Amino acid sequence: MSGVFSPTRAKIDKRTLRTDKWWLEPLLTFSVLISFVIYATFRAFENDNYFVKDSHLISPFYSPCLSEACEPGATILGFTPVSAQIFNFALSPALIILIFPLGFRMTCYYYRKAYYRSFWLSPPACGVAEPHEKYTGETRFPLLFQNAHRWFFYAGLVLNVILTYDAVIAFRNAEGEWGHMSVGSIVLTVSAAMLWLYSLSCHTCRHTIGGRLKHFSKHPVRYKLWSKISVLNAKHQQFAWYSLIAVAFADIYVRQVATGAWTNFYFF
Amino acid sequence: MARNVKLRIWRGDSKDGGLKDVTVEANEGEVVLDVIHRVQATQMGDLAVRWNCKAGKCGSCSMEINGKPRLACMTQVASFGDDETITVTPLRAFPVIKDLVTDVSFNYKKAMEVPAYEHPKNLAPGEARMEQIDVERSQEFRKCIECFLCQDVCHVVRDHEENKKSFAGPRFFIRIAELDMHPLDMLKNRKKTAQEEHGLGMCNITKCCTEVCPEHIKITDNAIIPMKERVADIKYDPVRWLGTKIRKREGL
Repeated sequence: MSGVFSPTRAKIDKRTLRTDKWWLEPLLTFSVLISFVIYATFRAFENDNYFVKDSHLISPFYSPCLSEACEPGATILGFTPVSAQIFNFALSPALIILIFPLGFRMTCYYYRKAYYRSFWLSPPACGVAEPHEKYTGETRFPLLFQNAHRWFFYAGLVLNVILTYDAVIAFRNAEGEWGHMSVGSIVLTVSAAMLWLYSLSCHTCRHTIGGRLKHFSKHPVRYKLWSKISVLNAKHQQFAWYSLIAVAFADIYVRQVATGAWTNFYFF
Repeated sequence: MARNVKLRIWRGDSKDGGLKDVTVEANEGEVVLDVIHRVQATQMGDLAVRWNCKAGKCGSCSMEINGKPRLACMTQVASFGDDETITVTPLRAFPVIKDLVTDVSFNYKKAMEVPAYEHPKNLAPGEARMEQIDVERSQEFRKCIECFLCQDVCHVVRDHEENKKSFAGPRFFIRIAELDMHPLDMLKNRKKTAQEEHGLGMCNITKCCTEVCPEHIKITDNAIIPMKERVADIKYDPVRWLGTKIRKREGL
């Protein structure tokens, strides 16, 4: 017997004596994350309905579109370095790039808390005994890989620039003239903005900007920037959720418009 | 206005014990420690409870109240419903001595394992100077009252007794972070030993330590995660590692 049932500890036969609804938060987290994973998997393999030519909308799940199989107009300046097929298997363009946002979120310090609690129950909630016999944390493969978070952060910044570009080019009408705004351009802009807030509030960003310093006083500019990032960092959890929802909604919106289910309304 | 409160208090020692029901009067504004003292004075004269300042500053009256690690002197009776039974137990991560008192010596052993601040050799006593912005960073960690609620709630040792050998716990990660962020501390390899000897890698940042801290220290965000990033700098980032070899960078 280990943990709270160890021989020297107070003899209490319950795993927790908490009386509040401690199970609600991990349950909600699990439900939302698993829903997102199922939807994202479906969309990643769908390989269709990710581009609306008339409105210049591309789904964030498929941008940048790097495959030869990409719809004309969905690529960035026609740059398609990846073959349409691998081992005679049609490769969805989403599968080429989704590893980066997926890796960024999987190794994110907030999401780690969220899925360790809700998926792995390690622990399910504070003061609630976990069901596992052994625990080694992030000291061994594969969880040692969490230390690669910074590399996904850097890749995420590149994607943010591309998704911002996607949002900017969506401010055009069907004839390609600038200065027009549709619901789609707002959706892509909000999605890109949320992703920037999520990335800039990231703990790795905070560390890179100034957190690794020993002498703040010797680096006043980096200290100022670190202070600003720290304000954002306090809301990293919120930005993690907002950006997830914004990206998912942007993809749903583009898909619905691409299939003809919704019409992309132009304000002007 | 006084009201009767139903309490369930764990009584026993390391060999045996259980929850005992008791009803006691509580006055307006009283905290759980007050009613425990009233039980001790009127119904259970030999009830063991550790306490000292009754102001949330000494960290002595740490216990678990309705399953949550808390300071009894900072937990208002009024925060529970009139019909609610308040269950009070000792900290469940440490060996129990008697009733609500646990043996927290694990923490003092871990404290001794953290190397102390090392002063620059070229600075005589009294010559050291720090800018306020450098002081502020570690001041947050100095608020720690050593109540050990963070140590108690941390599942790494709470749920795995065998990890106590190799895991210092959140209280000592803030100590290590404080020293590693100290501009004048000259001791090398703090990051390396944090990972390899004090078990920083075992933390999976589920933030329970931050949730229970009565001083509201952002243990995870301001100490543990920054230390994990510093460890990544020296152990898991070849570019940073190369940088330190080419030219001596600050912060190692």
